Amino acid sequence: MNARAQTPALGERVTIIVDGEEHRVPADTTVAVALLGLGVRAFRRSVSGEPRAPLCGMGICYECRVDIDGVADRRACLVPVVEGLLVRTAAGQGA
Amino acid sequence: MSTPRVDAVSVDVAVVGGGPAGIAAAALVAETGRRVAVLDASLEPGGQIWRHRRGSPAPAAARRWLRRLERSGATLFRESSVVDVRDTEGGRFAVTAERGVSPLAVNATTLVLATGARERFLPFPGWTLPGVVGVGGAQALLKAGLEVSGRRIVVAGSGPLLLPVAASLAAAGARVLRVCEQASGRAVRAFAVGLWRHPSSLVQAARYRLAFAKTPYAMGEWVTAARGDGRVEEVTVTDGRTERTMACELLAVAYGLVPNTRLARVVGCATAHGAVVVDEHQRTTHPRAYSVGETTGVGGVDLALAEGQVAASHILGRQVDPSLLRRRNALRAMASVMERAFAPRDELRDAVTPDTIVCRCEDVPSGALRAGWTMRQAKLYTRAGMGPCQGRVCGAALEFLHGWPADRVRFPVEPALLSSILAEAADHAAPPRTQGVSR
Repeated sequence: MNARAQTPALGERVTIIVDGEEHRVPADTTVAVALLGLGVRAFRRSVSGEPRAPLCGMGICYECRVDIDGVADRRACLVPVVEGLLVRTAAGQGA
Repeated sequence: MSTPRVDAVSVDVAVVGGGPAGIAAAALVAETGRRVAVLDASLEPGGQIWRHRRGSPAPAAARRWLRRLERSGATLFRESSVVDVRDTEGGRFAVTAERGVSPLAVNATTLVLATGARERFLPFPGWTLPGVVGVGGAQALLKAGLEVSGRRIVVAGSGPLLLPVAASLAAAGARVLRVCEQASGRAVRAFAVGLWRHPSSLVQAARYRLAFAKTPYAMGEWVTAARGDGRVEEVTVTDGRTERTMACELLAVAYGLVPNTRLARVVGCATAHGAVVVDEHQRTTHPRAYSVGETTGVGGVDLALAEGQVAASHILGRQVDPSLLRRRNALRAMASVMERAFAPRDELRDAVTPDTIVCRCEDVPSGALRAGWTMRQAKLYTRAGMGPCQGRVCGAALEFLHGWPADRVRFPVEPALLSSILAEAADHAAPPRTQGVSR
């Protein structure tokens, strides 16, 4: 089993960096839920500039895509949070 | 269960999808010593129905099967989204996946497609606002740890999922204001009667909990609009005569489930009524490809498990237990009763205005689409269904609104990283492709 699949202890928290700011978030969650918990509304901006956030919660709709560790357009609902994860959202890009 | 380290494996059977159907098929086949690979997009196996929070135990019903899979000898690839499947000249399937951000190639004689279902979303003004999520979507986010305590939530749409999801939101501390089921009370009661032989304790428990929380379950009521500044702030529902507007922070709305058939169509399996066509033994129209679970028609976890077991027996060349076949057939019959009861009503089309976005990836408004077109024309003229989700969200909506069936599937099935496409070209000795690389 790889390191990232290790089961976090109950109540454990990790630090993730969202749009340049450090946040402590529960370790047993996904990037999508962590961002919703931090009050992020605009995960991405649509073609016409609308703010978009998770719809399906299970990797189908691609509305929750953000930049994770330098890789663009990753589905936040499918990625677990890990210590030191770097996230960039549309909200953080002045959009 | 072994820990995969290599990025290319060769097996007897590749199972795409690690939900109940895929788990049952994989475990039974692997227990005989055959090499089986299970590819699943999620962090943990179990599919949507058995999804549970990381670090907390799986639902009791799931534990037995998850343990059985673990002990079966099958190799599980987590976080692995299949982007393409090809039937090679050597009589083998070449399955290409993205495991996280790395490519993964699985070569197999037999393919089991257990790709499950997704929610049916139907557009209405405001449905693109942050805070509008699916019903299963709300459940998935809740299971991933979403904090809903004190939040005002409206649950709407259609299907037997509404009540249990509303109940679990309420149990997590949310204020569920109303559950709006678009199907008429008569249709829902007919469904409940159809259930009499298999009383759903889940639905009953949900009704008790919601009754306790004084949450109304309104049948024959549907959403006409959501409004808000940058996020949902209020939602309007109607019963066709009277409108009701409620202030809320979250709207969970979806109209049942639709099978995920894209991979099956890539392989060339026939589909009918939106589901993969299978024979008595779960074989598709491709002689070495099977399909099990929601992919063959939405029917729930018990049916999925039965279908997985039937497919496994047939793959192993065993006589399929007649009682298992009878059970599967009974569950299938029940599923079609459910489908009829919760079919979306015509009035749902009336909520859509010309500027309502239909394709969320490309922001195509309803008014840009013409009634006489085909799905192909809609794609060419407006880019509807051409974005990253490849029509998974708008496809079912366009079928409902305009009667357009799905268009031919093109590679890649999932937006793929360039590295997987190049790796596929190298590994499967296929000519490199330049088309279809996602943005």
